[in-house]
Amino acid sequence: MTPPDPNEPPPWFLQQRNVRRVIVGLFGVCVFFVLLDVVFAFVGFDKHPYFQWEQWPGFYAVFGFVACVLLVLVSRYLLRPLVMRGEDYYEKSSPKPGDKTDV
Amino acid sequence: MSEALPPSLIYLIGAALVPFLRGRFRQVFALAVPVIAFVNYYLITKGVHWRVELLDFELILGRIDSWSLIFLHIFTVLSFIGILFVIRENEPLDLSAGLLYAGSAMGVVLAGDLITLFFFWEMLTMGAVLCLLSRKTPASGRAAIRYLLVHVFGGVVLLAGLVLHLAAGGSIAFDKIELVGIGPWLMLFGFGINCAWPLLGAWLTDTYPEASIGGVVFMATFTTKTAVYVLARTFPGEPVLIWIGVAMATIPIFYAVIENDLRRVLAYSLINQVGFMIVGVGLGTALSLNGTAAHAYCHILYKALLFMSIGAVIYRTGKSKATELGGLCRSMPWTCLFCCIGAASISAFPLFSGFVSKSMIMSSAAAEGHVVVWLALLFASAGVFHHAGIKIPFFAFFSHDSGIRCKEAPLNQLLAMGIAAFLCIFVGTFPNAFLYPMLPNLEASYEPYTIGHVTDQLALLLFSALAFTLLMLAGLYPAEIRSTNLDADWFYRKGGPAFYRLADKSLNAINAAASRLFLGRIVNGINNFFESGGPRLACIVMTPLWKLKGHDAARIEAQRHSLFRRVKFTAFPVGVTAFFAVILLGLLTIFYYVS
Repeated sequence: MTPPDPNEPPPWFLQQRNVRRVIVGLFGVCVFFVLLDVVFAFVGFDKHPYFQWEQWPGFYAVFGFVACVLLVLVSRYLLRPLVMRGEDYYEKSSPKPGDKTDV
Repeated sequence: MSEALPPSLIYLIGAALVPFLRGRFRQVFALAVPVIAFVNYYLITKGVHWRVELLDFELILGRIDSWSLIFLHIFTVLSFIGILFVIRENEPLDLSAGLLYAGSAMGVVLAGDLITLFFFWEMLTMGAVLCLLSRKTPASGRAAIRYLLVHVFGGVVLLAGLVLHLAAGGSIAFDKIELVGIGPWLMLFGFGINCAWPLLGAWLTDTYPEASIGGVVFMATFTTKTAVYVLARTFPGEPVLIWIGVAMATIPIFYAVIENDLRRVLAYSLINQVGFMIVGVGLGTALSLNGTAAHAYCHILYKALLFMSIGAVIYRTGKSKATELGGLCRSMPWTCLFCCIGAASISAFPLFSGFVSKSMIMSSAAAEGHVVVWLALLFASAGVFHHAGIKIPFFAFFSHDSGIRCKEAPLNQLLAMGIAAFLCIFVGTFPNAFLYPMLPNLEASYEPYTIGHVTDQLALLLFSALAFTLLMLAGLYPAEIRSTNLDADWFYRKGGPAFYRLADKSLNAINAAASRLFLGRIVNGINNFFESGGPRLACIVMTPLWKLKGHDAARIEAQRHSLFRRVKFTAFPVGVTAFFAVILLGLLTIFYYVS
């Protein structure tokens, strides 16, 4: 391992400008798939679903979004207070707990 | 009769010989073992081979049908990839452990009776323990002990179940078993421990992150997947398995979201994926069992790929925690690419392997009308993308720049990851090339690539990614914190020592009290009695005699002292000794005549 060179430009994926591009692209693709689903519902395209609600436009999109938000919120606000302990809870050898890093 | 050799034999001989070889020769030999086994695979014909008589039982080392062949195939492929991944270090313990592990897993998969199954089942544990020990750190040593204890317990439960099953008139055939009576239930429970069921599976997330970087590739492949195979053979269609599978698929993902160690995140997602397979076993339809076999095949590839990519990161940086990593896409672009392929596969993106296997299980759940199961699995599908598909590559290779600059992974590791990545894409893109034709129930056909399925899956995944992005931007995503998260392993990691302390306090207190009483008092008393009882008695007898003879107090004291010493050390003058000897002989003579 060598220390980072301060003059070195950050790689493509870590440049702020490109991060914004990726996020905008993701929004675009998401909108596209919702619209596609609406079109499918409008023209009556048969997806061969097992359940009726699979035909609802945007069912999978809404489900994916809500599921992940719930997953994160439950983990963070319910599970973490219940189960989180210091890193050296079992074995006293590691650095101090609560050493946060911004993400 | 097949001309092939039992695959487990090839691997076990290989594992035994590796430590005796040196240098380049050892590397070539270790890589040759899976290659030979792969050639051997194509010589194996379906049927029952390699019967061995043991006592009254006929053991079958090779029951070859489509079930055993698909698992044998992926185990062989993976053993090559795993050995290639660790070949550079040329560490005999790593290589031997990998080969032994692979050989035992194949032994289980090809077993035709429960006794052979049990034998190889126990050997699997030895392979895993060696994989843990090969990390050679104090923490991995302790993890190895914990792993061993849990699995020895599991083995004992399985053995008890097996014995009760046989005693109740059950057959030793390794086939479907009716879940009636205590024997089969104990066997199910024993299999469940290796399968990492809820509450029984904490050993997995506890120990996998402690293994060596190559060892964990083998561990992630063999133990849980042989358990899936065994359950699919013995208890297909047991409804209880559906709900166990649902719990496995859903509960660990909550843990994965807040976990900091990336290998532990992968361990949680491993349980999540095995959950899908167990649901497939529980449903027990032709399609769902196909889904279980296919998903095991694909899962082994992408899970090994993910563990290898994080292993390569550990190899170069020595770190595996999200708090310490980030921005590595600059230093390790190929590893980053392979990791993303593994992430896309586990998330079941179309064209990647998870897509063609997981959906079979989902479809069977829906076809059987299990609404709640289906919704739970859909939730788990979105969740796995969220925590494994995004979190793993994001925190290791993107996120903030951790400032780490290192070299790209070595060539052998890149090759191993490259082969796995290629197979992930190939199987996902062309499932009919070789994966689907290998499935056990060929009558249940399945077509993953329909327009509806592809667009629905993409919508699900993209909106999961959207949720991740928005939560990140809003600062709601849980910050990575260096921490330990409690799981069921608490019961033996804290409960075990607590039990030890309790036993220490109570039993050792009894022990100490007993020691004080017996060793301190009684033994001392007896000792005193035998040591100075005789001399004292002699003194008590003699003192009145001396007094009668009119000796004064000072002389009596001197005589007592002298007598005490003489009797204690039996140092009498010769005359006195002779006198006692004569008395003794006289007494003996009298006794002789009287009796």
